Amino acid sequence: MKKLFAAVLALCLCLALTGAVAEDYVIATDTVFKPFEYTDASGSFVGIDVDILAAIAEDQGFTYTLNSLGWDAAIAACQAGQADGMIAGASITEERKASGWIFSDGYFDATQCMTVAAGSDIASFDDLAGKAVAVKTGAQGASYAESLKDQYGFQITYFEDSPTMYQAVIGGQTVACFEDTPIMAATIKENGLPLQIVEGSENAGSPYGFAIFNADKQELVDKFNAGLANIKANGKYDEILAKYLD
Amino acid sequence: MARILTVYGELLLRAMGQTLLLALCGLFFACIIGLIVGLMSVIKNRACRVIAAVFVDVIRGVPMIVLAYFVFFGVPYLFNTILGVGGVTLSALQAGTICLALNCGAYMAEIIRAGIESVDRGQMEAARSLGLPYWRSMYRVVLPQAIRTMIPSIINQFIITLKDTSILSVIGFPELVNTAKNVVANTFMSFQTWAIVAVMYLIVITALSRVAKVLERRMSRGR
Repeated sequence: MKKLFAAVLALCLCLALTGAVAEDYVIATDTVFKPFEYTDASGSFVGIDVDILAAIAEDQGFTYTLNSLGWDAAIAACQAGQADGMIAGASITEERKASGWIFSDGYFDATQCMTVAAGSDIASFDDLAGKAVAVKTGAQGASYAESLKDQYGFQITYFEDSPTMYQAVIGGQTVACFEDTPIMAATIKENGLPLQIVEGSENAGSPYGFAIFNADKQELVDKFNAGLANIKANGKYDEILAKYLD
Repeated sequence: MARILTVYGELLLRAMGQTLLLALCGLFFACIIGLIVGLMSVIKNRACRVIAAVFVDVIRGVPMIVLAYFVFFGVPYLFNTILGVGGVTLSALQAGTICLALNCGAYMAEIIRAGIESVDRGQMEAARSLGLPYWRSMYRVVLPQAIRTMIPSIINQFIITLKDTSILSVIGFPELVNTAKNVVANTFMSFQTWAIVAVMYLIVITALSRVAKVLERRMSRGR
């Protein structure tokens, strides 16, 4: 009886393993980067990245497993070959490309802006001298703040996720945060956060891309680019953006 | 790897400095808390013993990451919103020091309590029967013997606390892990960065352990 049980167990394990190595791509993503990826009130994992990937996969006829690993772990997973690609609102930068990463065409153009607590007396970058601002590790808002830091003489505090960063501004630990404009506007509206975007603080912006580390998976980037062009042409892309950003 | 070292080497070194600063601040207050709470849990007064036991249980029962969020966000919220005392904010260094001091302090208290209890009861009785007051006997007779048994555990706790500073990366303190995450995000070179960080921790902690060993030998020579 015990032997039979062991045999069945071994068989199940084998099946599970083969199941995992089927044609599926494994795509890694962040845990919370609203509205690009997050868990909604009903417990399902949704967002612009999630929907765009789904639409592209459908268009290109590939299947995938989406793993919500978190930002740092997603990067490591791609490097280690645990995941084939990542889609996590990652900006396409020269420095990342220089490390051997391959990016798709940009699928979203994000501008960044400065946000302060509602009723704050910070009205421009000039008011930041000697103060601390919050940014999210790896986000383009962080690069934007870094580029302004020396000119306006403020300090930067790095947080791991957006909710903690917003909390640091609401709680007064920092006077402002730098975040993607559409995300900031949507989050403030949706959650009624006591925050306000500072007018005229936007930068020129930069595109987000889907990224892979292993050059052998180039076909995945090609499929992504082809699919992206198709969903942009057939209106599906605009539909997804409208769903999350309005 | 070479690119990380040339471009971000200085940043990582500075972050290591911040890690050490935070650990030192935390350990300083942890020693004070540990000594006070540890002594409170061995003296006769029942109220003191209960307070000490509750403190240790509460701190030991809460993961440090939860404690960190609570101190950093919860304490200012408590003062500003609930109590209505305006303008209370904690810097990441202050909040981090409080977390480490509370967390490490609770464990130190247990080490000190166990150390004192390991000294034979007869030592205290002998000292008292010679006419020494309680605190004098504690300070002159019991503690010197207790410290010898405590030293290895205390050093161990110091090293654990030094490593625990990495947990405080979540409240934005620019220590080594927090900074390394930025380097990873900028360069997308995960393993190389973490390898460098691991070696940095290893060097500092090994050096500290060596110093501690020397200290331990010197302390036990008086035996």
